[in-house]
Amino acid sequence: MSATTILELPPCRGDSYLTDGSTLTSWLLTHDHKRIAILYCLTITGFFLIGGAAAALIRLNLLTPQGLLLDAETYNRTFTLHGVVMVWLFLVPSIPTTFGNFLLPLMLGAKDLAFPRINLLSWYLFTASGLIVLAGLITGSVDTGWTFYEPLSSGYSSGALVVVLFGIFVNGFSSILTGLNFVVSIHRLRAPGLTWYRLPIFCWSTYATSVILMLATPILAVTLLLVAAEHLWGVGVFDPTHGGDPLLFQHMFWFYSHPAVYIMILPGMGVVSEIIPTFARKKIFGYHFIAWSSVAIAVVGFVVWGHHMFVSGESIYAALVFSFLSFVVAVPSAIKVFNWLATLHKGSISFEAPMLYALGFILLFTIGGLTGLFLATLAFDEHATATYFVVAHFHYIMVGGMVSAYFAALHFWWPKVTGRLYPESWARFAAILIFFGFNLTFFPQFILGYLGMPRRYATYPPEFQVWNVFSSAGASILAAAYILPLLYLGWSLVRGERAPSNPWGATGLEWQTPSPPPTDNFARTPRVTRPPYDYPEPTV
Amino acid sequence: MSEHVLEKQFVDLAHQSETAELGIWGFIATEVLFLGGLFAAYGFFRYLHPVGVAAAASHTDLAIGTVNTIVLLTSSFFMSWSSLAARDGESRPAGVLMLITAALGIVFLGLKAIEYAEDIHEHLWPGPGFSLSTPDPKSGEVFYFLYWLLTGIHALHLLVGIGAILVIANRARRGVFTRAYHSPVRVVSLYWHFVDVVWIFLFVLIYLPGRAP
Repeated sequence: MSATTILELPPCRGDSYLTDGSTLTSWLLTHDHKRIAILYCLTITGFFLIGGAAAALIRLNLLTPQGLLLDAETYNRTFTLHGVVMVWLFLVPSIPTTFGNFLLPLMLGAKDLAFPRINLLSWYLFTASGLIVLAGLITGSVDTGWTFYEPLSSGYSSGALVVVLFGIFVNGFSSILTGLNFVVSIHRLRAPGLTWYRLPIFCWSTYATSVILMLATPILAVTLLLVAAEHLWGVGVFDPTHGGDPLLFQHMFWFYSHPAVYIMILPGMGVVSEIIPTFARKKIFGYHFIAWSSVAIAVVGFVVWGHHMFVSGESIYAALVFSFLSFVVAVPSAIKVFNWLATLHKGSISFEAPMLYALGFILLFTIGGLTGLFLATLAFDEHATATYFVVAHFHYIMVGGMVSAYFAALHFWWPKVTGRLYPESWARFAAILIFFGFNLTFFPQFILGYLGMPRRYATYPPEFQVWNVFSSAGASILAAAYILPLLYLGWSLVRGERAPSNPWGATGLEWQTPSPPPTDNFARTPRVTRPPYDYPEPTV
Repeated sequence: MSEHVLEKQFVDLAHQSETAELGIWGFIATEVLFLGGLFAAYGFFRYLHPVGVAAAASHTDLAIGTVNTIVLLTSSFFMSWSSLAARDGESRPAGVLMLITAALGIVFLGLKAIEYAEDIHEHLWPGPGFSLSTPDPKSGEVFYFLYWLLTGIHALHLLVGIGAILVIANRARRGVFTRAYHSPVRVVSLYWHFVDVVWIFLFVLIYLPGRAP
C-alpha cells in the first residue's frame, strides 16, 4: 500500500466540508468548491430528469407509425425541449461543473479554485438560465429543435423563442466563467512539485474543455443575440425574407456547436483515464499522448464545423476540406482508445462498478466515433443526413459516452464526495442494465437511419415499426436503469457503510484526504514528488 | 486598517494578484471573441454594401462621436494614473482619480443618451418606423441595426465598468490598497482600457465611413 502514496501528508483534522455549517445559507452562499459541486449536481440531476421525461415521451410516441399520443406540433416542441435541456442544462455542465469543481482543487493540491466567488456566481447564473429556458420552452411554442435553424426560428416561431435564447445566453456566461476559473486555476494553483506532466489526465481534459468553453461560447452568445435582435427589430441578418443569409447562421452556430460536442466528451475521456489505470493496477500507457490528444481535439475541433453543412449548400471544395479535417480529428480520439486498451493489456483488472461504466464508455464511444467517420465521408453523408443514423451516432457519443462517463465518475468518487459506500452488486447490475438498455434503444436507430427514416417527424411509414418498437423497448429499460442509481445511491447516504479515505487504492492526490474531505482540503499544502498513476510495475 | 485580503488558496499576495491578472486577460479574450462576431458581421455586411453603409454612416452625429472619443480616452488616462497611484500605495488619491474616471464615463453615457434621442427622433430605430433618405435605405436599416447593437453593448460594458470603479473607489477611500495589495485596481483598469479600445474601433467603423474628403 505504501507504493500508492505519492507524497508525504500529515493527517488532516477538522470538520468535513459536509458538516461545516448546516444552514441553508451555509450552502447557498458557500464559496467552497466542493459544496458548489454538490449544488450543481442536484441542479443538473433535476434537468436530466426533465430532459429524460421528454425523451420518454418521444419514444412512447414513436411506438406506432401514426404517433401514439402527440400531434405533430407537440412532438416538435417535445424534442426541442429534450435537445435544449440535455445539451445546455445537462451535458455541457455535467462533468466539469460537478466533478471538475469538486476534484480540480484536490488534484492540484489547492485549497480552492482561483476565484471561489465567481464559481458561486456561475452556479446562480446556470440555475437562473435553466429556469428561464424552461419557462420559455414550456409556456411558449418553441419548436425549432435545439439548433434554432434560420429561417424557421425567426420567421415562424413565437416570441417565447427570445426568452429561450436569452436563457441560453445567460447559460453561456456561466460556461465562460467556469472555463475561465478552471484554466486560471490549473495555470496558477498547482502544488509545489506538481508539474504539467505530473497532472492527472482528468486535469488535462478539463483544461482542454475549459479552453473550448472560453473561446467557443462567446460565438454562440453573439449568434443568439443576433437572432433575438433580428426577431425583435425585423431586420435581416440571417432571415432571407429580410435579405439575410441563413447559411451564415449555420456557420456561426456550428462554429460554437461543433467544439461544444468536444465540451460534451472530453471530460468523459478524462474520467475514464482516471478509472482504467486504477482498476487495471497499472501506470497509464502513453501519458503524453493522452494528455496532448485532448489539446489536439480542442484545437482541431474548431475547424470541422462545416461537416454539419455538407448538404446545406457549401461549396464542394469547402466540403472536401471539412471532410478531410473531420477524419483528422478522429486521430487523437483513436489515440486515446488505443492507449486505454494498452493500459488494460496485462493489467490486473477488477470489475467494480466504475470500471464497468468505463469499459462501457470505451465500447460505446468507439461505435459512436467510427460511425462519425461514416458521416464524415461525403458520399455516405448525402444518404444519411438528417436520418436516424445521425441521431444514433451522436447518442452513442453523448449518452453512451458522456452519460456513461458521468455515472462512472459518480460511482468512482461517490465514497470521496459523500463519505459513504454504495451497495456494489446493485451498482454493477445498474451498469450492465444501462449498457444493455442503451444498445437496444440506439442500435436499431442506425438501421432505421440506413433504411432512410428521417429524424424529427412525429409519424413514419409502417415498414419502420419493428425497429422503432425495439428502440422504445430499450428506452424503457434505460429509463429504469437510470432510476436505479438514484435509489441505491440515495439509500447509501443514510445506510451506507462509512468509506475509508482510499477505497480503491488509487494514487491521485484527492485520495490522500479523508472521505469526505475537510473544508480546506489539505492541512498543509502537499509537495508532489512522483508522477501520476504510480502503480507498482506488474511482476511477470 | 487592514482587511483580510489574502484568500486561502494563494501562497502570498503576489501569487494572488498575478492570478487575478491572468483571470482578467482570459476574460478579455472571451470578450474579444464575443465582439469579434459582431465586428465580423459588420465587416461582411460592409463588404457587400459599401455604398449603402457609407451613405447611412454619414447620418451619424460626428460631433458627439468625436467628443465622446476624447472623453473616453481622457478617462483612460485618469484610470492609468489611478493605477500607478495604487501601485505606490497611495490609496486615497487613487480613489479620487477613480471617481474622475467614473465621472467621465458618466459624461460619455449622457452624451450617448442625447445622441440616441436624436437618432430616434430622426427615425433611425430599425423596424416599421425606420426612414432614411439615402438611395439604399434597406442596407441603411441593417447598418443602424448593427449601430444600435454595437453601441448598446458597448454602453452596457461601460456601465459595468463604472459600477466596478465605484466599488473599488470606495475601497480605495478606506485606504485598502497598498504597495503589496492593489490587484483589484489593476484588474478593473485593464477592463476599462479594453472597453475604451473597443470604442476606438467603433468610432472609426461607425462615424467615419462616407466622410472622407
